[in-house]
Parts: sequence; C-alpha cells; structure tokens
Amino acid sequence: MSISFYILSALMLAGGLGAVMLRNAVHCALSLSVAFTGLALLFLQLDAQFAGLAQILVYVGAVAILVVFAILLTRTSEEIGESNVFSRTWLIGLILAAAVFAVLGWAVLRTAPMFPQPSAAPPVTVQEIGSALMGRYVLPLEIVALLLTAALIGAVIVATHEKEGAK
Amino acid sequence: MSPLAGYLLVAALLFAIGLAGALTRRNAILVLIGIELMLNAANLNLIAFWRFGPHPEALTGMMFAVFSIAVAAAEAAVGLGLVISIHRHLKTVDLDEINRMKG
Repeated sequence: MSISFYILSALMLAGGLGAVMLRNAVHCALSLSVAFTGLALLFLQLDAQFAGLAQILVYVGAVAILVVFAILLTRTSEEIGESNVFSRTWLIGLILAAAVFAVLGWAVLRTAPMFPQPSAAPPVTVQEIGSALMGRYVLPLEIVALLLTAALIGAVIVATHEKEGAK
Repeated sequence: MSPLAGYLLVAALLFAIGLAGALTRRNAILVLIGIELMLNAANLNLIAFWRFGPHPEALTGMMFAVFSIAVAAAEAAVGLGLVISIHRHLKTVDLDEINRMKG
C-alpha cells in the first residue's frame, strides 16, 4: 500500500463526507467535485488512465456543473437560512448506511486472504482501448450512444416550460 | 493488507457515505448527489478488480467502468431535469413535503 493511496483516499472520502454533510447546497456541490477528482486520481493510481481522464471530463466537467445549475435554479429564499437540512427519518438512514458498510467491510476482510498478489501494471494504450471499443464492444457502444441521445431528448422534454393551461 | 482489499474498503466506505446522504438529506438534488457517490464507488470496485484480476489485458473491467460512467451521465441529466420539473410544479424540492404522486 503506497502512501499516495492513503492521501488520495483521505481526500476523496473527505470530499464525499462534505458532499453529504454540509448545510449549504452549493458547498455540497463543490465538495462533490473534490470527491470526483480524488476518485479520478485513484483511477490513475490504478493504471486506468483512460477511465481516470473520462471521469474528470464527465463528472468534474459535466455532472458537477449540472448539479450546481440545478441547485441554483431550484433555490428558494426561505431555504437559504433553513436550519434543518436532514430529513425526519435521518437516524434510520444513518443506521442503515452503517449496517451496509459493516456487511461490505466484513465480506472484504473475510475474503482478503484469497485475493491474488498484485501483478505488474498491464500495458494498456489508448489505441488498444479504441480497437476494443470498435471491435469487441461495438454493440454496447452503439447502445450507449442511443441511450445518451434518448436521455438528452428526455431531459429537455421533462425540464422545458409547459404553456399556461396546457397542464 | 493487500492493495485490492484497501481499494475495496475505500469503495465500501464511499458507498456507505453516499447511501447515508441519499437516505438522510431533505433536498432532492443532494439525494441525487448521494446516488452519484454510490455509482462512483461501484466504478472504483470495477477498476480495482480489473487491475488486480488475473487477466487485466482483456480490458473487461475498465470497459465496464467506462460504460458505467456514460450511463451515470445520462442518469444525472434525466434526474436533475425531473427535479427541476418537480420544483416548477410544487415550488419545493424538500422531500419531506413531496409526499403525494398526484401532480
């Protein structure tokens, strides 16, 4: 376990905690982009350069900005000074999340002795990824293209203004 | 502790943080943020298993993660569009107040 793994994990988990704990929603969105960046750096640490850069492009560049836009569009004046940002059933949610983490951690630690020893980094070039996308994974690629088109059209239709009385 | 176990534990912790956010926040957008964190934890698992698995040259896990990132982007766009639409109809994004399905 290298020291950079611990630093990056601490950065990412701090960003994630901030994203769900902070009171101001805009601060949550900024903290979320810190978590996404930390995760992208962890991907780079795992020799997955393509996935790490895709993570930065898609999440930090698009999803985080989209979240900030949505927060600013839906912000109402009384909500800014609101004291209670957690739901009435927050204790049950917290207990559920802790239980899920306990089960996952128990499963990982129980099976840890069977994990394979770390091997040398696989030499993966972007050219290989491109050939795989155009060869073996061409059908999923086309389906994702269709899905993204459908999601784009759907999001625009859902979020556009309706005419008065057309409802 | 092997590196794979470390990455899996970090991913489990991130998943639990996202789940806690999705279950405890009142603002619908912050619930979506929690869901995004959970998706990212799954991606970290996929990449870690790809890197430390027996056949990393097959690229399967990394392709899975890349497609998962694309699907998550579509999910975020549609989800935030729905939140904006709800806000237009009900003038709130507080999930404790949105408790009926009739528009």
